[in-house]
Amino acid sequence: MRDFDDIRRDLAAGTATVESITRDYLASIGRQSGLNAFLAVFSESAVEAAREVDRKRSNGTAGSLAGMVVSVKDVLAMKGERLTCGSKILDGFIAPYDATVIARLRAADAVLIGKCNMDEFAMGSSTEHSAFGRVHLPEDEARVPGGSSGGSAVAVSAGMSTASLGSDTGGSIRQPAAFTGVVGLKPTYGRVSRYGLVAFASSFDTIGPFASRVRDAAHVLQTIAGYDPYDATSSAVPVPEYASALTGEVKGLKIGIPREYFGPGLNDEIRSAVDAALRTLREHGAAVTEVSLPHTEYTIAAYYVLATAEASSNLARFDGTRYGFRAPEAAELNGLYVRSRTEGFGPEVQRRIMLGTYVLSAGYYDAYYRKAQKVRRLIAQDFDRVFAAVDCLLTPTTPTTAFRAGEKTDNPLAMYLSDIYTTSANLAGIPGISVPVGRDRRGLPIGVQILGKKFDESTILRVADVLESAHAQ
Amino acid sequence: MPVSVRDVEQVARLAKLEFSPEEKERLTYQLNTILEYMDQLNRLDTSNVEPLSHVTDTGNAFREDVRRPGLSTDEALQNAPDRTEEFFRVPKVIGDRNE
Repeated sequence: MRDFDDIRRDLAAGTATVESITRDYLASIGRQSGLNAFLAVFSESAVEAAREVDRKRSNGTAGSLAGMVVSVKDVLAMKGERLTCGSKILDGFIAPYDATVIARLRAADAVLIGKCNMDEFAMGSSTEHSAFGRVHLPEDEARVPGGSSGGSAVAVSAGMSTASLGSDTGGSIRQPAAFTGVVGLKPTYGRVSRYGLVAFASSFDTIGPFASRVRDAAHVLQTIAGYDPYDATSSAVPVPEYASALTGEVKGLKIGIPREYFGPGLNDEIRSAVDAALRTLREHGAAVTEVSLPHTEYTIAAYYVLATAEASSNLARFDGTRYGFRAPEAAELNGLYVRSRTEGFGPEVQRRIMLGTYVLSAGYYDAYYRKAQKVRRLIAQDFDRVFAAVDCLLTPTTPTTAFRAGEKTDNPLAMYLSDIYTTSANLAGIPGISVPVGRDRRGLPIGVQILGKKFDESTILRVADVLESAHAQ
Repeated sequence: MPVSVRDVEQVARLAKLEFSPEEKERLTYQLNTILEYMDQLNRLDTSNVEPLSHVTDTGNAFREDVRRPGLSTDEALQNAPDRTEEFFRVPKVIGDRNE
């Protein structure tokens, strides 16, 4: 994987241009089309954009991401381009405007190379639930890259872009980052504008970067973070200089190990890898202590009640009247809604709409939805309590390494449980990062997760950078 | 089993989805499995806990009530499956079977 430092060195030395780098990535995408990581490739517009960045470089006006080539999960709007969300129901939809994150990447002179495959509407943990076929793990094509941002993760791990933007509602950036051996960052809720992100569960959805290096993830976050008048939930908290947080030092930092994240379901090789990461941090002078997040066992149940409830409401807008797929044969309006939704949505999306509608329906609202909102508060309070005593938490990102395609598709609950260590951050709104720390005996990547205080991406980036320096291969 | 096939049919009507008899059977089984797992939330006493609907601490965000540029009618209609003049066109509304 070619990182942004490599690219800038080559550009400075005159051995590459942004155009030649973009063409290298386009060739790489072409060679690896069998991985099915991309739903659209901008062969022409990316080269044109690259030439423009080269022109700006020659007259000294290029932006901070000049030379970086970025792919984008197909859940984000790019003006004039198709937007599918991995679904048939958005058939033919052309985005009429740029998402704020896209506009900011363009303004910083990143080259946008294509849009990445994903689980339909970001619902899934394996990128098998795409209407356009599953994404393959480069290490073993019978396995999955995780999800729902599996296409973005593979676009970085297989050298098809320098970085990628994904979305994380319950782990959809961190889990595929761990499965594919790249860095994946879920920012604090509200740190990055959601304008132009197709909504799944609005109180959980975040946008963040995948990259081969922690430093590159910091550069992308720097570009996309900050208040946006088009997203009322985006925060006005000032954005710090993330790259300057990467000091290589964690001396005196207090790192908590939540004992509930090391239960019997955790694979032994991942447990050893987390232990090795802990040793590294201790050797660097960090103070490691065991802590407790007592409501951890309730996170998946609370998350799937709330996320499906929000999804059933958000996805009501896809009804065949204003955009996307319309069932051809319907003779009256209700039939048009029903046929368009039944033919347009895939099975996992329909299952979640059903679950969400059920938990919101009369008679069950208090028993499920309101109950889960209360448990959400208990889970958030667990984090408030431990963050009064420690600066960040270290956990495994996933209970296992990449699993086989088809292994969990008939058992939705088993699929949901692969998010067991990641959903808590979305319930609490805190930031998390997955960083690769090694491989299992099959050669499959292992990631560890660092969770931080709200708006303290700097600390988790700093810890991840130290682990990357010690464990990268 | 708390959820019956009839419940699935009722929820499907609310969600504007339609399922074959086999799909209804499978959904009934899957929803029961998932809801049984969710029932563990009831082990927690939450009588003194306020629901958390949003993780941001700030209240509602207001803005000045002034016109801002948005999509033109034509842009807004560009993705319509069917349109007439400046309207979305749909089949007749009267005669809906279950409203």
